[in-house]
Amino acid sequence: MTRYIIRRILGFIPVLFAIALFTFVLMRAIPGGPFDFAGDKSLPPQVVANIEAKYHLDWPLWKQFLSYLIGDDLLGEEGTSRGVIRGDLGPSLRYRSQSVNDIIATTFPTSAQLGFMSLMLAILIGIPAGTIAALNQNTWLDYVSTFGAVIFLSIPNLVLAPILIWIFSLKLGWLPVAGWGAKPPYLLGFLPQPSQWNWNYFSHAIMPVFSLGTASAAGIARLTRASLLQVIREDYIRTARAKGLAERTVIVVHALKNSLIPVVTILGPAFAGLVTGTFIVEQIFGINGMGKHFVQSVGNRDYQVITGVTLVYGVILVIANLLVDITYAWLDPRIRYD
Amino acid sequence: MAVAELPQEQTLVRKQRSLWEESFIRLIRNKVAVVSLLFVFVLAFVAAFANYVAPYDYAEQDLMANNSVPKWMLVILPANAENYVRITDKYPLGADHLGRDILSRVIYGARVSLSFAVVASMVSLIIGTLYGTISGYVGGRADDVMMRIVDFLYAFPFLVVVILLQTYFKALGRASGMTGFGAKLLEINDSMGGMLFLFIAIGLINWIGMARIARGQVLSYKRKEFVEAAHAVGASNSRIIIKHLLPNIIGPLVVAETLAIPGYIFTEAFLSFIGLGVNPPTPSWGIMISEAVPALRSYPNQVLVPAVFLSLTTLAFNFLGDGLRDALDPRMKQ
Repeated sequence: MTRYIIRRILGFIPVLFAIALFTFVLMRAIPGGPFDFAGDKSLPPQVVANIEAKYHLDWPLWKQFLSYLIGDDLLGEEGTSRGVIRGDLGPSLRYRSQSVNDIIATTFPTSAQLGFMSLMLAILIGIPAGTIAALNQNTWLDYVSTFGAVIFLSIPNLVLAPILIWIFSLKLGWLPVAGWGAKPPYLLGFLPQPSQWNWNYFSHAIMPVFSLGTASAAGIARLTRASLLQVIREDYIRTARAKGLAERTVIVVHALKNSLIPVVTILGPAFAGLVTGTFIVEQIFGINGMGKHFVQSVGNRDYQVITGVTLVYGVILVIANLLVDITYAWLDPRIRYD
Repeated sequence: MAVAELPQEQTLVRKQRSLWEESFIRLIRNKVAVVSLLFVFVLAFVAAFANYVAPYDYAEQDLMANNSVPKWMLVILPANAENYVRITDKYPLGADHLGRDILSRVIYGARVSLSFAVVASMVSLIIGTLYGTISGYVGGRADDVMMRIVDFLYAFPFLVVVILLQTYFKALGRASGMTGFGAKLLEINDSMGGMLFLFIAIGLINWIGMARIARGQVLSYKRKEFVEAAHAVGASNSRIIIKHLLPNIIGPLVVAETLAIPGYIFTEAFLSFIGLGVNPPTPSWGIMISEAVPALRSYPNQVLVPAVFLSLTTLAFNFLGDGLRDALDPRMKQ
């Protein structure tokens, strides 16, 4: 298992390299640069040339990429870049006083909290709902849960978020319209301080978490139902019942664990959906997270921020996929990685 | 289909129907699926003939009536709406902040969403099926390499890549000085309101999942007796793939593709929402929502109308996909 994990982590390197290269090249191929300001704010060409020289944008592309990847000193050049391999994602070209590392350090924790809570919501609602539906097949409980799942699967977060705001903030006035309750410094770098775990924090989190998590919850519920229905017809379930095990034990230990195997496979894509869903939800709720920042930096042509944040997304996704595969092996002992 | 060609002598009590006919009958019996299918047909009809159906042009501005609502819509507006809103029954679902008829924009927006659903699913179905079938059928080293590539692409953050590609394409569209083929593409893209590049960006990415399903299906069928029999009578590889394998594997692929359509519609709405979708003033449901969200408190109707259409359309495709799955593979129905 350890060997498998190490091999997988080594396998991440070419993927992340390709992501970095793709983003880097594509961004620089785009007409228009980070220092084109329209109208009155436009800079004289000499000034633009000087700024570009400062950030080495006048170098050939391969050299810029190497400088970004391994740092200027290894390249034998004067410069400040220490390279991605040493954890330096470079300066932001638009927010001159901040580095990409600063931006990620301030925005990532918020997005991580939002994403984590949404994932928890998806699992904690999805699996029980699917289980209840399967165990009460063709009763009203089943119909309500199945129908509800299709409905929530069909409402995209960019529709759900404004509707939630309209109902719960504007009509009823129960929840705040926008914002996020926790502020830095964060516990362990991404968790809110215990003193902030109060109604203020959760009231801000409820609607974004629901807009982000319900579609995944619906998907998980549908899959759990289908998979559990298949499993409870298996012979070993009949055997377990015949042995006289309590129904609860049969369902939880024997049926549910096996039925979760297909569910785990969609957790990877579901997680990716949550990550990218933050683009919309953070925008609508005015949350200063990484998704909102990414969308803004794309508009600003802030090369370094775009490449840096894309890399962070890449890392999150490959790690999520690895966790899914490990969970897979835990749920199904027939799967052996070596 | 291999099963359908039974010899004539073997008369059965029941009238012989092909598997496709059986599936079709099962689909017709499913009321929810039929209603969804009707909804999609009506929407497609309205979208195709938007020029005749829509009461106004999607870009036509009536600045004396911006943000106006018809009388019946006051119920969903805040209680004091009479004080600030223009009430006119000229526009059946009201007008937006630039005085454009919302109903007409929703109708033209259906064009964008539906053509996106059709083209994106066709592109990913064709590329994915071809790739997966070849990979699964050839097997061996070629299969290894082809699936390695798919695994590799699978690790990419998909939506991030689409955003980057779309940023690139949009910037190309604004920059001048392109010649030859590039200029031609830009011209087509402009005439489609910016949809061509959206198709390309999505089509380039979405075939991956389809390729995996197609490969899995081919692998499960290619050792079956009827394929072996076809080999034995000397059928060529391409004939086996087209005549024997494809009809068997196409069902699950079509179902997966139908269930993926809501995702394509979401992606288009999402890209339009963040300003990377179709070019204004071409209406898209995503753009309409994004333009109306800032005024949500005063004019919730401007968000709700496109939101309802978007949700109903994806709901219809979800029901349709479920119905197709139950019809094509009755074993799946529990």
